[in-house]
Amino acid sequence: MHEFVTHEFDVLVVGAGGAGLRAAIEASAAGVKVGVVTKSLLGKAHTVMAEGGIAAAMGNVDDRDNWRVHFADTMRGGQYLNNWRMAELHAKEAPARVRELEAWGAVFDRTKDGRILQRNFGGHRYPRLAHVGDRTGLEMIRTLQDHGVHQGIDFHMEHTILTLLKDGDRCVGAFGYDRERGRFKLFHAKAVVLATGGIGRAFKITSNSWEYTGDGQSLAFQAGASLLDMEFVQFHPTGMIWPPSVMGILVTEGVRGEGGVLRNRDGKRFMFDDIPAAYKNQTADSEEEGWRYTQGDKTARRPPDLLTRDHVARCIRREVKEGRGSPHGGAFLDIAWIKERIPNSAEHIKKKLPSMYHQFKQLADLDITKEPMEVGPTTHYMMGGIEVDGDTQMSTVPGLFAAGECAAGLHGANRLGGNSLSDLVVFGKRAGEFAARFSQEHGAGSINTDQVEQSARRSLEPFERGAAGENPYAIQHELQETMQDLVGIVRTGEEMERALDEIGKLRARMAKAGITGNREYNNGWHTAIDLHNLLTVSEIVARAGIERKESRGAHFRDDYPARDDQWGGVNIRIRPSADGGPKVEHVPRKEMPDELRRVIAENK
Amino acid sequence: MAEATFRIWRGDREAGKFVEYRTAVESGMVVLDVVHRIQATQAGDLAVRWNCKAGKCGSCSAEINGKPRLMCMTRLNELPLEEPVTLEPMHTFPQIRDLVTDVSWNYRVKQRIPKFAPRKPDSEDGSWRMAQADADRVQEFRKCIECYLCQDVCHVLREHSLHDEFIGPRFFVYTAALEMNPIDTANRLGDLRDRCGLGYCNITKCCTKVCPEEIKITDNAIIPLKERVVDRYYDPLQRLFRMFR
Repeated sequence: MHEFVTHEFDVLVVGAGGAGLRAAIEASAAGVKVGVVTKSLLGKAHTVMAEGGIAAAMGNVDDRDNWRVHFADTMRGGQYLNNWRMAELHAKEAPARVRELEAWGAVFDRTKDGRILQRNFGGHRYPRLAHVGDRTGLEMIRTLQDHGVHQGIDFHMEHTILTLLKDGDRCVGAFGYDRERGRFKLFHAKAVVLATGGIGRAFKITSNSWEYTGDGQSLAFQAGASLLDMEFVQFHPTGMIWPPSVMGILVTEGVRGEGGVLRNRDGKRFMFDDIPAAYKNQTADSEEEGWRYTQGDKTARRPPDLLTRDHVARCIRREVKEGRGSPHGGAFLDIAWIKERIPNSAEHIKKKLPSMYHQFKQLADLDITKEPMEVGPTTHYMMGGIEVDGDTQMSTVPGLFAAGECAAGLHGANRLGGNSLSDLVVFGKRAGEFAARFSQEHGAGSINTDQVEQSARRSLEPFERGAAGENPYAIQHELQETMQDLVGIVRTGEEMERALDEIGKLRARMAKAGITGNREYNNGWHTAIDLHNLLTVSEIVARAGIERKESRGAHFRDDYPARDDQWGGVNIRIRPSADGGPKVEHVPRKEMPDELRRVIAENK
Repeated sequence: MAEATFRIWRGDREAGKFVEYRTAVESGMVVLDVVHRIQATQAGDLAVRWNCKAGKCGSCSAEINGKPRLMCMTRLNELPLEEPVTLEPMHTFPQIRDLVTDVSWNYRVKQRIPKFAPRKPDSEDGSWRMAQADADRVQEFRKCIECYLCQDVCHVLREHSLHDEFIGPRFFVYTAALEMNPIDTANRLGDLRDRCGLGYCNITKCCTKVCPEEIKITDNAIIPLKERVVDRYYDPLQRLFRMFR
């Protein structure tokens, strides 16, 4: 038997980004004992990378905004595959969640009359994103962290979960290890909330850090939960592409919100060339109208540079493919041009986009107030994830909840910028609330010691193979190449089948992975362990992608380039079959209530 | 392709030594890229803490050629590559392994500082009115990414190890953000004087120099806090006023 330390909680939260922290705060406010396990230090999760803002229809800048418009925008952006109940709750509850952040110490940018300022963003009809320059995510995570540490929550930093523990059907805790010493820890809990974020590390060009290895999705799947919409991976249109070592680092959509424009190598505003029918009415006819929109003219419509992310990413790819790309294979994103329009533009840009200014200056030797940036698509966000109940956020496994990026539903086929931060706090709160209630209504389950022992043993196997084993870093790199090339921004059935073959081979190599050193803060060991989750979610993404034989939102297939109405009413669910492998199912969309239908119709 | 040598501190809580690694380098690379390359090809168990690789999370703090910096924001073209580049963990905190230090002290310190306590909301919807000019002052401090490089360089902690009596520049910035927030009502001045060791700072501005967010730690946070403490406790006129209040 391997040794381990046991901790007892009512609610265990896995992950300490926006969703995890908000869930923990809510659960502890309900008076139950809460533990949080996080792979990194507190305050370092990927939420810090969110730049543009948090979407909430407060109407501070344009009083025509309200939850109905936000709901309709979210559904249109998601191409109506969204869980409409979640989209409704999200639009209704986001404003209260933003005000609550202010009550906990967040200091948002202000309007002239001292209220929270809101900015324009892709796919949002009105200025809706509460923000702090271009570092909104940092503001949010710091606020939640600083509030959370006074709530009596027990934080376990730099811990990784290996497996979720089951008692019959129910989830009763989790088993993992601490990075510092490599000691095993058992977290016995009456309810578990997964808030582990995305899967971006499965791709080569990514804005995600090492943590985003699909842990939540993979752990839930292995615990018997079903996953939904896993074919929808968002490629953000604007990542850095030069120099190579910074490839993938995000360039906020806020650049375009502040008047930045996309151009090809001939200097042409190519976004005017292809405007989807669903957005024709809302898109500017001329460069002049687009500019007025970014400067707050309420009679102007938004420029096509601010169309949804899936569309913009594909337009950039088209320009590159047809030989009109920038020197390093992307497009130009130009904010410097606004000097033609406003005085002191350099100061204005530095004030509105301080971290972008800093990032390009430091990493690319480029002054964005003077020169255009070079940008290209980067893996950014997973729309799909763990299937949850829209109200309670409970997965198909009793006692197992999920919130934030690792849960599916709110965003459908494509997420609007700004809807992620609001997702985290709206559904983080709900998950915390209902997990606490579940823990109050159920006793502690019993622990299956065989499951614990098996997990511990398996995690240590790479040490036995030592230096003679396969290099885990090399396996990870090859997986990233495979997913980037074969399951990327434009897909075909044939390529995704090939990806499945490659994933199968990599799985065989993972079983031979070996590492040196001991269990103390051993990055090689952590990489070897993460491979299991990465390969699991990569396979599921490819399988779901093969299944959806149409192009919709973030999922674009060269062999089925058109949208197919038949698929418009179907979500793809992947759940574990009897042998543990993925089983693909079609889930017909639930009928939307008349009231929500009317909301969509009135906002067409 | 060019090559360069990196002398990296390898060790644990008890002992350690510099180990030299030679590796290929390309234009545009940052120090963290090099560490990752060495990890992937020569030293799989090399311990490094990192997250965003974009200067936003403050995880990859280290001492590069003796200077406290973020590894993800230090480009190789800023360093003389003819000679070996030295990488060490931060000195002010206990070592865990290789480039990773135990920064948990910082989390304990923060927990001791009285939290944000807003006045009653200005509007019925629970929100407040605040001028952007007032927000600006606080927002400068809230840019802090908690990389703890300012703590690392501060001689009160680094040389004198006064961790029990002195909270360090990071938490003066944190306290300043709370004290200068126009809707906060708590008073932390007594703590600053008695429990936080504000007086130990002799404004050498080392912290300001290393701050990757370019927060004017000394000028905008520490000195104003010192002034507030002086006004509150040492101004004879103020004392007189209080006696009769």
